[in-house]
Amino acid sequence: MSSASLNPAPFNKVATTGEAATTGEKVPALALQSLSVDFATRQGTVNAVRALDLQVGRGQVLGVVGESGSGKSVSVYAVMQLLEANGLITGGSVTFDGIDLLSLNKKDMQDIRGREIAMIFQNPRSALNPIRKVGRQIEDVLVAHQRTTRADAKSAAIEALAQVDIRDAASRYHAYPFELSGGMCQRVGIALALACEPRLLIADEPTTGLDITTQNSVMELMMTLVKQRQMSAILITHDLALASAYCDDVVVMQHGKRVESGPPSTIFYRPAKSYTRTLVNATPHQGKSVRALLPAGELNPSDEFRPAFEKNTPGKTILSVENLCRTFDSASGSVTAVDNLSFELRQGECLGLVGESGSGKSTTAAMIARLLDTTSGRIALLSTDGTSTDIGSISAAEFIRHPQRARIQMVFQDAGDSIDPRHTARQAIEQPLRGLTRMRRAERRQRVESLAALTGLPPHLLNRFPHQLSGGQRARVNIARAVAVSPDVLILDEPTAALDVSIQAIVLNLLADLQAELGLSYLFISHDLYVVRMLCDRVMVMCNGQVVESGETGQVMTSPQHEYTRQLLSAMPELPVPDPLVADTFG
Amino acid sequence: MKQLDGAAAELVIASDAAGNEQDNNKVSARPIDQHPSTAAQFWIIAKSNPLSMVAFGLFLLLVLIAVVGPHVVPFDPLASNAAMALQPPSATHWFGTDNLGRDVFSRVIVATRLDLSISVMAVLLSLLVGSLLGAVAGYAGGWADAVVSRTMDTIMAFPLFVLAMGIVAALGNTIENIVYATAIINVPFYARLVRSEVRIRRDAPFAQAARLSGMSHTRVLLFTLLPNALPPMMVQMSLNMGWAILNAAGLSFIGLGVRPPTPEWGIMVAEGANFIVSGEWWLALFPGLSLMLAVLTFNLMGDGLRDLVDPRQRH
Repeated sequence: MSSASLNPAPFNKVATTGEAATTGEKVPALALQSLSVDFATRQGTVNAVRALDLQVGRGQVLGVVGESGSGKSVSVYAVMQLLEANGLITGGSVTFDGIDLLSLNKKDMQDIRGREIAMIFQNPRSALNPIRKVGRQIEDVLVAHQRTTRADAKSAAIEALAQVDIRDAASRYHAYPFELSGGMCQRVGIALALACEPRLLIADEPTTGLDITTQNSVMELMMTLVKQRQMSAILITHDLALASAYCDDVVVMQHGKRVESGPPSTIFYRPAKSYTRTLVNATPHQGKSVRALLPAGELNPSDEFRPAFEKNTPGKTILSVENLCRTFDSASGSVTAVDNLSFELRQGECLGLVGESGSGKSTTAAMIARLLDTTSGRIALLSTDGTSTDIGSISAAEFIRHPQRARIQMVFQDAGDSIDPRHTARQAIEQPLRGLTRMRRAERRQRVESLAALTGLPPHLLNRFPHQLSGGQRARVNIARAVAVSPDVLILDEPTAALDVSIQAIVLNLLADLQAELGLSYLFISHDLYVVRMLCDRVMVMCNGQVVESGETGQVMTSPQHEYTRQLLSAMPELPVPDPLVADTFG
Repeated sequence: MKQLDGAAAELVIASDAAGNEQDNNKVSARPIDQHPSTAAQFWIIAKSNPLSMVAFGLFLLLVLIAVVGPHVVPFDPLASNAAMALQPPSATHWFGTDNLGRDVFSRVIVATRLDLSISVMAVLLSLLVGSLLGAVAGYAGGWADAVVSRTMDTIMAFPLFVLAMGIVAALGNTIENIVYATAIINVPFYARLVRSEVRIRRDAPFAQAARLSGMSHTRVLLFTLLPNALPPMMVQMSLNMGWAILNAAGLSFIGLGVRPPTPEWGIMVAEGANFIVSGEWWLALFPGLSLMLAVLTFNLMGDGLRDLVDPRQRH
């Protein structure tokens, strides 16, 4: 297993480390020693990575977990020397197989990239060249590293595609990335990364943005190949459950520093550091309540509102949807996005709508929010006096001015994109008050301030523009805006999908509080079954535009009747439940 | 309120986890919760981008010249003096005199007002018409989009300067017609830009949220989508000002614009060009330089203007 024998040309001149070859197995595949990376920005220097120590053993899978901005991606980009122009490695060393990577010149580093260390990127679609056939892209890598000649490159590329379980690889060779699904693209990404049989694979959030069942199969495939080829791997992820399912060792990062490291069973089962504990706590999993997501210290027992968190028992039906359909015309005929959907939402109830991308859940949300016209079906909004209005029969354009408009509001998925970049938080929250109420300026001002207080947005942040707010603060602005006109029904379209787990925990708690306090009815759309389980009374599982299963959340989750529900449930990675003793001691 | 403790907790976590944004906030000493006025914002941008500051300075100078220039010039720009014809630059005649003995410096200064007003009027007109057409096309799509887009394509298919010549020739040789001609040939640039800017944001969540807030399509378009197209429009506008000045001067140069003896940079260059061969370079050089300076000023101003209207540039 000497490094020299495996690496011909480029390393002989740089491999000053004969000792690495002799000590063999004890040398880690990759070692970072007090690596520091700085970014020069308009606001000054940002220390993205601070004296980071990290080791990946041979044949081991190391998980690097942390929330956004923790420096987990930057540190591996530094290893690959793919930092952006304003990034600078200010100290430390990176040793790969006994070679000091930071001392290599550009040419030698190029040889190592792709051939010895390969990378899988977060968004497979943008990591592939959109105007080149995927087979060709694999050929390019093979030829660039002299793994094959142009003549037999094609067969080698098809072979590589077949190895990542792409059916009918010979014809997929000719496919362009846009013709493949997200999961397929990521398989191609894996094939690209593994084409030259590297010894270290770095996967940067490889399954973020993929559906849960796809995530499962992509991860399984990746890890099988890694084990088969006895490679080392680094898995960068924000998902603790994913890390614990696939990694031998885990490093938790925060602020560019290592918080703690060890095997996942230890780290997640008995977290030693409070930050890790916060993360573990905030991660939704089987049998957890939404309250338990926040550290116990956050629950103030003297606060009179807290114990009042008893869910209102759902009351009368407030929204009744019957045979809702929506078809879209496309070049290849009409596509049915929502097919004959019927359900009832009662007052104070939280109804979950679960499904993967393309299942029609967002179309459903847009129709019920009356942003999109229906093809057929009834959407009846019931008033307390028993009268019902079929708002589905009113076109989306007319409904804007309808007196019932204020009764249905929506919280959008991406909190950043759903606030006008030219509006301050105050203007954003004020918007529905201006459009839907007759409040005067001073009244509106007061109302915005009380909404900010209600959603826990510090009042001094009201004058900020969205880009000056953190993800959690933007989520609060969104929620405050949605409840501003006191709607009866609130549609929540993946409100926490883009948030870090610790922020998600807070937002979910806020939503639960608001529901209890304001008696709102939620239609909660999500792909995350654990989140739905915590928040929802009933759940509907949607697949290909149809509801395949619905019922009480607990029942659906514990004894799923439909094959698809079972598939979804089994695909969710599980986090080891923390030791209750530890939680008690520290909680 | 009960959530305040939660908020505090989040602030702690957010400042831990959120990274860049929060770090940036920490680095900048200026409290961001009190927004600077537009004037203050202007200084912040000018300071961070010295080139914009130079451009804004030059622009102010041009405006100043346009406003007070005609009142302070040393000579009457129209007064000819055969005895002093074709004098090279001197202490009395800084830019020399032309073939009729008129003071070139005075003429260059006086011409500023006319050239600036033609280009500003033309650009504002094309901005107004172009962005409305583009906004409707981008928002409505369908046949409205088809009609607007194909019309714009048709205009663009002409060599633009030739089109402007045609318009002025057909409508008559007046200053208003130069403005219209310059505006018409610039409309497609705004229409296309605004159309694409509106189109990509038409179904953005914040536009949907505006509709949920009871804003009609017209209001969403005018008050939500159009303002978001402002930053690239500012860049387009400043580039266009340069073109507009060149265009007006060009029309005059070939005899289709402002008529002599009115002082105008384009005519002055055209008239002066005849004398370059015989060595009287100053006739064409100084109006040419002013033209260049004005175009350069507008082009440099673009980035600064964009930063000024884009709240995302405020940290």
